[in-house]
Amino acid sequence: MSDQLADEDRRDGHAPSGVSRRGFLSTTAAGGVAAGVLPAMHAEQNAGASAAQKAAPDGHSSTLSVTVNGRRHQVTIDNRTSLLDLLREHLALPGTKKGCDAGACGACTVLVNGRRVNACLTLAVRCQDAEITTIEGLASEGGELHALQQAFIEQDAFQCGYCTPGQIMSGVGCIREGHTGSREEIREWMSGNICRCGCYVKIVSAVAQAARKEG
Amino acid sequence: MDPFTYTKPADTRAALAAGARGGRYIAGGTTLVDLMRETVERPGTLVDISGLPLREVRATSDALRIGALALMSDVASHPRVRGAYPVIAQALELSASAQLRNMATIGGNILQRTRCTYFRDVNAACNKRQRGSGCSALEGYNRAHAILGTSNSCVATHPSDLAVALAALDAVVHLRGPDGERDLALTRFLLQPGDTPDREHDLRPGELITAVEIPSHPTPLRSGYLKVRDRQSYEFALTSAAVVLHITGGVIRDARVAAGGVGTVPWRLSAVERRLTGQRPSDRLWAQAAEVAADGARPLRHNAFKAELLQRTVERQLRVVGGTR
Repeated sequence: MSDQLADEDRRDGHAPSGVSRRGFLSTTAAGGVAAGVLPAMHAEQNAGASAAQKAAPDGHSSTLSVTVNGRRHQVTIDNRTSLLDLLREHLALPGTKKGCDAGACGACTVLVNGRRVNACLTLAVRCQDAEITTIEGLASEGGELHALQQAFIEQDAFQCGYCTPGQIMSGVGCIREGHTGSREEIREWMSGNICRCGCYVKIVSAVAQAARKEG
Repeated sequence: MDPFTYTKPADTRAALAAGARGGRYIAGGTTLVDLMRETVERPGTLVDISGLPLREVRATSDALRIGALALMSDVASHPRVRGAYPVIAQALELSASAQLRNMATIGGNILQRTRCTYFRDVNAACNKRQRGSGCSALEGYNRAHAILGTSNSCVATHPSDLAVALAALDAVVHLRGPDGERDLALTRFLLQPGDTPDREHDLRPGELITAVEIPSHPTPLRSGYLKVRDRQSYEFALTSAAVVLHITGGVIRDARVAAGGVGTVPWRLSAVERRLTGQRPSDRLWAQAAEVAADGARPLRHNAFKAELLQRTVERQLRVVGGTR
């Protein structure tokens, strides 16, 4: 099993880290993969910052440009598309997870212009010129994990891992907002992220660890 | 979700024009998008008002004006709000989650729709969703429903915590529509269901909330919000109490108390207020005043517990805000 994971590491262009990371790192690595295989239909990079948001002829879809993890994309989408589906289905960034799709679980948490929000309740069409950060965009270009990603590994702050990307993005927001003064405060300000495995104690420890490191 | 066209006006005039043509305004979208996905809401056109200049929180000499598009999180952390009206900051921070508070606006919070599960289920009868179709909650599972301000047509609660705090503070809603501007007390703006539970507010076609204004209050002013719910965080209220007290010389000169989770609209407890005004704070007074908190309540099959829970909620929060001598 560990050999197989190590092989995947090499294929993804990541050096083995020596840390047991199972599904967790493969999630963060997906950003690297996606960036290499983005479908040509998403004309990107040269869209131009001034590209005006246009309604497509049928009136029910729109063209917009949006920056995700530092990369600019121009896409034409049905107006009903959520930011969550834009990321997962159109931009090949499946790290952000769909849990309830109703703003009740926090699995889809991403940063929009630096603030944590629920991507499932965000209409993508409203994200013209927005700067989005997803779990795939947290690690450095060289593959060095964000302090909170590292803390989740060290604290073993997950079991199935499905809520983890949302937990981490929400935790990044929580630390930025300065709501990490006590375990109690972290619990309250992380309450928008449900973990059905019940890893809350270790999640709070991971957020506290990363907050100490960053603070 | 049904297909819709989308437009984002650059200024308020263009937004009002689009609204007058039947477009549906979208601000934070945390309620609307959710209900559109359930096809409870089916707008043909969304008018995105997030670009309008209605975000400012401004203190004047005699009022605090909060722009309708100010985010819940920004208002909760605003120094003036925290300093002068802790009840607002507390009501906001006890609402929803940090993520949702980063999206949802003050105007949208007031207009958010009920969490009644029958309202959200398009297969259930609901007079609020479709007038005349009946009310599934009356004989259904109604533990979370209202005991005050109900009718034979609807027993759904108003879900906002903020609106309870604003009701206690006599907040005024500023409106702008095709025919100009007008102001309305929040408690008159939100409507009890009566025979027309689909009419939840006195917003005319195409009209927008532009701001909420808190009139000046005598100082020193003490205030606070208590929310009781099935889990400690990220949940709607079973009961809640907003308490605002002006105490000088050891006497309560002015008392304002409102309740949430129990009414079809935010519910001012004037009987409680009358028992407090002119009295000296004491544990006995808090208990005596809270005795009448649920006066007029009409409990349903599963929510009779709310009457006593409301009394206790009010008593505890009176003690917290008023202190005891």
